[in-house]
Amino acid sequence: MEPYIPIFLMLVISTALAIILLKLQQSLGPKNPNKEKLSTYESGMEPIRSAHERFSIKYYMVAVLFILFDIEVIFFYPWAVNFKMLGLFGFVEMLVFIGILFIGYFYVLHKGALKWD
Amino acid sequence: MIPTFQDYLNVAPIIIVSATALLEIVFQIIFKGFKKYVNIFSILGLLISIYFAIINFDKVSMSFSNMVFSGKYASFFEILFCIIGILTILQSSTIQKYYSINKIEYNVLILISIVGMMVMSAGADLISIFIGLEIMSICFYVLAGFARNQIIANEASLKYFLLGAFATGFLLYGIALIYGTVGTTNIIKIAQHYPIALSLDLHLLGLILLLIGLAFKVALVPFHMWQPDVYEGAITNVSGLMASGGKTAAFASFLLIFSIPLAAGNNNLIEIVSVLAALSMIVGNIFGLVQQNIKRMLAYSSIAHTGYILVGIIATNNFGNHGALFYLVVYSITSVGAFGVASILENEFGKNLNINDYSGLSQKNKFLAFAMSVFMFSLIGIPPFAGFVGKYYLFAAAIQRDLTWLVILGVLTSIVSLYYYLRLIVYMYFRDPENQNNIIVTNDFKIAISFSTIVVILFGIYPSSLFSVIRYIFNIY
Amino acid sequence: MTFEEIVFWSLVLVSGFAALMVVISRSPIASALYLILNFFCLAGLYLTLNAQFIAVVHIIVYAGAIMVLFLFVIMLLNLQDETKLRERMNWKSFAAIALSILFLIELFYIFIIKTPTPKIPIHPSSKEIGTVEYLGKILFTEFLFPFELTSILLIAAIIGAVVLAKKKFELTD
Repeated sequence: MEPYIPIFLMLVISTALAIILLKLQQSLGPKNPNKEKLSTYESGMEPIRSAHERFSIKYYMVAVLFILFDIEVIFFYPWAVNFKMLGLFGFVEMLVFIGILFIGYFYVLHKGALKWD
Repeated sequence: MIPTFQDYLNVAPIIIVSATALLEIVFQIIFKGFKKYVNIFSILGLLISIYFAIINFDKVSMSFSNMVFSGKYASFFEILFCIIGILTILQSSTIQKYYSINKIEYNVLILISIVGMMVMSAGADLISIFIGLEIMSICFYVLAGFARNQIIANEASLKYFLLGAFATGFLLYGIALIYGTVGTTNIIKIAQHYPIALSLDLHLLGLILLLIGLAFKVALVPFHMWQPDVYEGAITNVSGLMASGGKTAAFASFLLIFSIPLAAGNNNLIEIVSVLAALSMIVGNIFGLVQQNIKRMLAYSSIAHTGYILVGIIATNNFGNHGALFYLVVYSITSVGAFGVASILENEFGKNLNINDYSGLSQKNKFLAFAMSVFMFSLIGIPPFAGFVGKYYLFAAAIQRDLTWLVILGVLTSIVSLYYYLRLIVYMYFRDPENQNNIIVTNDFKIAISFSTIVVILFGIYPSSLFSVIRYIFNIY
Repeated sequence: MTFEEIVFWSLVLVSGFAALMVVISRSPIASALYLILNFFCLAGLYLTLNAQFIAVVHIIVYAGAIMVLFLFVIMLLNLQDETKLRERMNWKSFAAIALSILFLIELFYIFIIKTPTPKIPIHPSSKEIGTVEYLGKILFTEFLFPFELTSILLIAAIIGAVVLAKKKFELTD
């Protein structure tokens, strides 16, 4: 557990710093709100509707595919650490793994799932 | 530690089905006109897989550092799943014309789900079984929502996914607790710790959580809520695949994991499983009575049948185990057929699924009406058909094991179920047709349905042919 | 209390609080952010168990990638007024709460009151079980079969994502 103390300390300090800075500017800064100040400013125009736009499903597509390939990449790490020990056989097995997902990648490209039309 | 060539040969059926699915994706990209041949290609892959399963049939071994079984038990289920896959694909060729579905993805997902089923039934390690279950489930979540312009399909897919993911959580927690108490996930090594391990509360809790996860997949009451909605929303042939393959695979791994702890005679476990079986028989059959939609009716009937099969498994004697395997085979073939007939009448998504739409079917198409009545009779368990033999074995096994109350319940609920199965037959034969939609039956479909019908009749008349195979293979460890 | 115990209990408290806030928060975005806090605490718990790789993966994949997906989905749903989604308590929620509490009591009973003395020896190499070297070693030798199957699982997921979520997916032949 002891080796983690620096990391732990860093986490605590950075979290504390973030909170303190936010609170500081909130409490130190002057506050005199009025109606004009609080109204939404949109290039001098009155806002017509909520700024919350509905996201397109395309973002979702990209995020899902990102996760799937992210998981693939995660598997590389334990493989790379043991690369020498695993030898040729490990290399071939990893090649099969990547090859199968490569087919998936080409499928995604072929279907145009990453196209932004 | 490095796997030998023999290891790969042992799991050849699994590799071949996966390779077929992957090749279909590649060919779709490379060849323009591949869509026309995709069904044939899938069937070819499944046939080769059956061939390798038969080669491996006689020798039981474990491959990849005790991760997966091969031979006998595993091969038996591999062949069964390939047959189910072939039947499903043959029947789908008609439906693909009616509502526009993308043939290639449909085939690929069916093939990959079959890979999952095979791994589930061959897994010698809880990790393998878990991965197999996930492969199967993910394909099913997608297949349930395949008709994606239908709101009912979206609902089915989402519901199945949310509940399924939740059930998977239970399953994993169970595996974790089992690993925590015995220090291994290998089924055989776990079995060596019985019956001492069964006296550990934590281990028992792990088993029960695992039971919940599997009970969800086979839809035992009270984990059945998703099933009618999912079967209704999914493409009808996919519902057939779920009812046959999905259930059989989950039962296959159920037998692998639970046959030893159940046989060790732990009363807590037996009580819990018996209550699940009893509830499934009651709820499935009583809710089946009021269903007007044929797919929902078959869904509730499938819940009831899960209960019957579980009765045999609880008995844990040879009678019960063999009966359960027999019933699994017969039930899978029957439900693939029954959903197939439903799919052919449904010439637009969600249409013509009411019981009324079956009135006068015998006048419109004798073949379909006959096949459907054979399936219904088999589901009831009337003598010349295979369902009767299966039920007989299951109930006889339970009596041997002093579980008479379950048998009484089983027989009573079977009588209740007579009403809704026979109602369909009465509609088909003794009523005049209400609408005049013409039914197109392709040759592919005829082959598939004839096969199922013949199997159901044949195993009803000569059950010993299948039983001799089952007696030969049923020696899990 | 040793240092490890202090770390453990503080992580447990914070993760429990965060998990509760995920359920209670009115705004889905706040729920998602609390979930990130929860993930970080869980990663810390993995570290106390000597499972460094899992801890790192948990942060990269869950707190990183999957949370982005969560936020996208929340924005995709675009819930204008979250208060509309509030559900009334009915008998089902009471039954669910009662059952959950019962399950919790059962777990407590088994874990704390009836803690069994382990009769079966724990894995001998449990000290090094979480290191990347050990994990890689057994992943590519003992657990090779499940590992290769994972690629099939991932490809099924890729196809599923494209089939269900691609905007213009030609449905006809």
